Amino acid sequence: MRASVIVFPGSNCDRDVAVALQRACGRRPNMVWHADVRLPESDLVVIPGGFSYGDYLRTGAVAARAPIMREVAAAAKKGVRILGICNGFQVLCETQLLPGVLLRNRDLKFICRTVELDVVNSDSDFTRNWKKGQKLRIPIAHGDGSYFADSGTLKSLNDNGRVALRYCDNPNGSLEDIAGIFSENRRILGLMPHPERAADPELGGSVDGAAVFKSLVQALA
Amino acid sequence: MQGNAAIRKTQDPPDLRRIAAEHGMNAAEFGEMCKILGRDPSACELGVFALMWSEHCSYKSSKVWLKKLPTEGPHVICGPGENAGVIDIGEGASGEKLAAVFKIESHNHPSFIEPYQGAATGVGGILRDVFTMGARPVANLNALRFGAVDHPKTRSLVAGVVAGIGGYGNCVGIPTVAGEVNFHKSYNGNNLVNAMTVGVARQDRIFYARATGVGNPVCYVGSKTGRDGIKGATMASAEFNDNAESQRPTVQVGDPFTEKLLLEACLELMATDAIVAIQDMGAAGLTSSAVEMAGKGGLGIELDLDNVPQRETGMNAYEMMISESQERMLLVLKPGSEEKARDIFRKWELDAVVIGKLTDTGRLVVRHKGGVEADIPLAPLVTRAPVYERPVEDTPKQQPLDPVRYPLPPGMDLGAALEKLVSCPDLCSKLWIIDQYDRHVGTNTVYTGGDASVVRLHGTHRGLAMKVDCTPRYCAADPHEGGKQAVAESWRNITAVGAKPLALTDNMNFGSPEKPRIMGQFAGCIMGIREACLALDYPVVSGNVSFYSETKGEAVQPTPVIGGVGVMEDVSKTARLTHATEGDRLYVIGATAGHIGQSLYLREIHGVEAGSPPPVDLQAERRHGDFVRGLVENGVVRACHDVSDGGLLVAVAELCMAAGCGVDLTASDDSPGFWFGEDQGRYILCLPAGARFPLAEKAKQAGIPVAEIGILGGGDICLGGRSLIPLARLRRSHGRTLPALMGE
Repeated sequence: MRASVIVFPGSNCDRDVAVALQRACGRRPNMVWHADVRLPESDLVVIPGGFSYGDYLRTGAVAARAPIMREVAAAAKKGVRILGICNGFQVLCETQLLPGVLLRNRDLKFICRTVELDVVNSDSDFTRNWKKGQKLRIPIAHGDGSYFADSGTLKSLNDNGRVALRYCDNPNGSLEDIAGIFSENRRILGLMPHPERAADPELGGSVDGAAVFKSLVQALA
Repeated sequence: MQGNAAIRKTQDPPDLRRIAAEHGMNAAEFGEMCKILGRDPSACELGVFALMWSEHCSYKSSKVWLKKLPTEGPHVICGPGENAGVIDIGEGASGEKLAAVFKIESHNHPSFIEPYQGAATGVGGILRDVFTMGARPVANLNALRFGAVDHPKTRSLVAGVVAGIGGYGNCVGIPTVAGEVNFHKSYNGNNLVNAMTVGVARQDRIFYARATGVGNPVCYVGSKTGRDGIKGATMASAEFNDNAESQRPTVQVGDPFTEKLLLEACLELMATDAIVAIQDMGAAGLTSSAVEMAGKGGLGIELDLDNVPQRETGMNAYEMMISESQERMLLVLKPGSEEKARDIFRKWELDAVVIGKLTDTGRLVVRHKGGVEADIPLAPLVTRAPVYERPVEDTPKQQPLDPVRYPLPPGMDLGAALEKLVSCPDLCSKLWIIDQYDRHVGTNTVYTGGDASVVRLHGTHRGLAMKVDCTPRYCAADPHEGGKQAVAESWRNITAVGAKPLALTDNMNFGSPEKPRIMGQFAGCIMGIREACLALDYPVVSGNVSFYSETKGEAVQPTPVIGGVGVMEDVSKTARLTHATEGDRLYVIGATAGHIGQSLYLREIHGVEAGSPPPVDLQAERRHGDFVRGLVENGVVRACHDVSDGGLLVAVAELCMAAGCGVDLTASDDSPGFWFGEDQGRYILCLPAGARFPLAEKAKQAGIPVAEIGILGGGDICLGGRSLIPLARLRRSHGRTLPALMGE
């Protein structure tokens, strides 16, 4: 699997996700700088968590307009898998590769907590190692994670199996407890929880997140 | 070389004296400054002297005492005097020798005036202290003290400080892994915000402030300079009166995004051989960084302020030299490296501008708009800085209290007392705070929420354990014993997870040093810290002093916070409270005499703050700790917890709440002194049912008191089979206090 991790000024989970990818597939991903105008040949593009451009203006808004994002959008059109985690999910919404937006958390506070999640759709290259209805424990860490979309969009997400994960105990006010969604072709996944933080048994916590990377390696090997 | 005649005169002498006084400079200091200069100072020079000689920068009241702290040991690579302390922590992923670089620093005064920005820039400043030495920060910690929970300012201060700490650290991407929070009325007018950063560097890539090489370019990197934070160090060197609010303009504004860029750019440049010396512009900004670098190198330095990146127009030399704008660094580069530095900083969208050079004159020369604004001999600025041996008045000794005089109040049983204690502000769940800190970024956080937190060294199975500790009420009652206890508790906490304590950083928070009573507290705590450091082989490698934490004559309780760091060879052996489980046998290590003076039981149940604090027997402390660490390392114990605030029953309750499992206690004693006394040097341990390890025998051989006190199981805290309180109820009460305080 050839993976690329996009690095924006202010990304801070780029190394973490690179470590998780390498653990899953034995190969280091390309770290691609935001100002680059060419994306290396990739089977998977990861937009990592962090505070791209300081989250100034709106979370993900400036990153969505970085030169490299035109390439990412072009790759998406060709069917390259794209994974946006936390700030990466926000960026994907800002680029309109995924619908909806992520608003300030309901309580207006940053929340770092390991939450319980419900697997809604395991039929994708990202989620195939989970089972529908399985309960996961994966950490979240965000100030703007409250998913919002108009009712038409929500209906379409539901009708087309595009909701990947829901919170069991909604921490941030997301509509319909949504924690992660797919693109129409399910080749793009955006999620607020950090699977790369639940992928290393030595840390002593949950390793439920490792399945995302394992699934991708199986699909794209 | 400019002569004195060329110095710009901006003020008449009487005016200068008044301005000097406003900067916190007394008449004798003013006279000494004029003697050094051989004339009256310019405004810019006055700013430089006032800042360098402020309590905050010069340590003029504390210096004679700080010298008494033990700062050496086999692991110490660099002790106090640099930006942070450096210790040897063994090998990294590819056999390279690694160092931990760490320091704690206060941002008390700014955090009271503007809690969010004050706390945020406190985190920013301590991060820079660590990465300026070439270390990548791997963890943040903080020690917070707020006023009484019913004081009208407390809620907004807690909300602002916590959001500020989280807002900064989360954005830079450094996990905040541990801390402590206390509430007491002595902090009503002065909350304390102490921030600590631990970083990791290669031992052969550590950078120091000492400048070398006459002619080498001096390069300014990072954010542009504005008028923010002007006179911040001066503010931090005086007590508050009624108009603390009016000092808001002296608080700096933080930009964690720029800090993240500065961190990455500096580390990238440090991987080349371009840097001779580097110093962050913290308190006293450009002044202290220029003076420190050139002064430590025994050289001179010339700065041309026309080249300083500025974000405001019309700034004069005085303003630029004392501005405390954040996220800036000063570098001395190797000649010919300017382009390399510019390229790297341009990539990270930051300024990197040569603003001066090193000289052989031994003088700080500041030019602006064609004139010389300052021309100061550096050696006397440093060596003739004022040093005060302030009068010291000992704290009167308090008598030990007889626990028999403080039985449970009528109608309150042990269970009710326990519930009240675990839900008091100092012992309640801090989840409301902790959840606002990203604890996992970096994916090396092994353990948080126990006695010490453990962060793995990237790419290895080894780890660092760390924690901040202080018990101010002990220090107030007996500064010497309190100082000892803070160090001992730090050492005990690091031991309790199975790590070997190596060294510490200290943050001394006190009232006005001009009062003999306060100076007596300071001296007492220092001597207590010294005694414990020596006995435990636990040296001080960095630190910070924050005096003048008082408002209208009311000083904070003496608060010498100890930030400890230890190392462990295998993080998978970390002793976790959560590992305790049904059937485990519970033991207490160390003797329980029922010392009730200064206990939380006394304060929270009886409303009494009195008596002598529990004495620390340092030899026993060491014996017990080494024994416990060996048990953890050998995998004998499943869980381990130190016994501190609230005593034995609170420690047991904390273990049970973390493990989600009740306990049946078997001890025959049911006195509050036994269960809530705060005798030192104690741990509780869980051994799996059926473990064949002869604990009692081994402890006896080592001369260590041990007693089996119960078996884990069930859903209640029981004593002799009778329920004191259901665990679920205890957890609910424990968790409700802070959200209720915060209005949720």
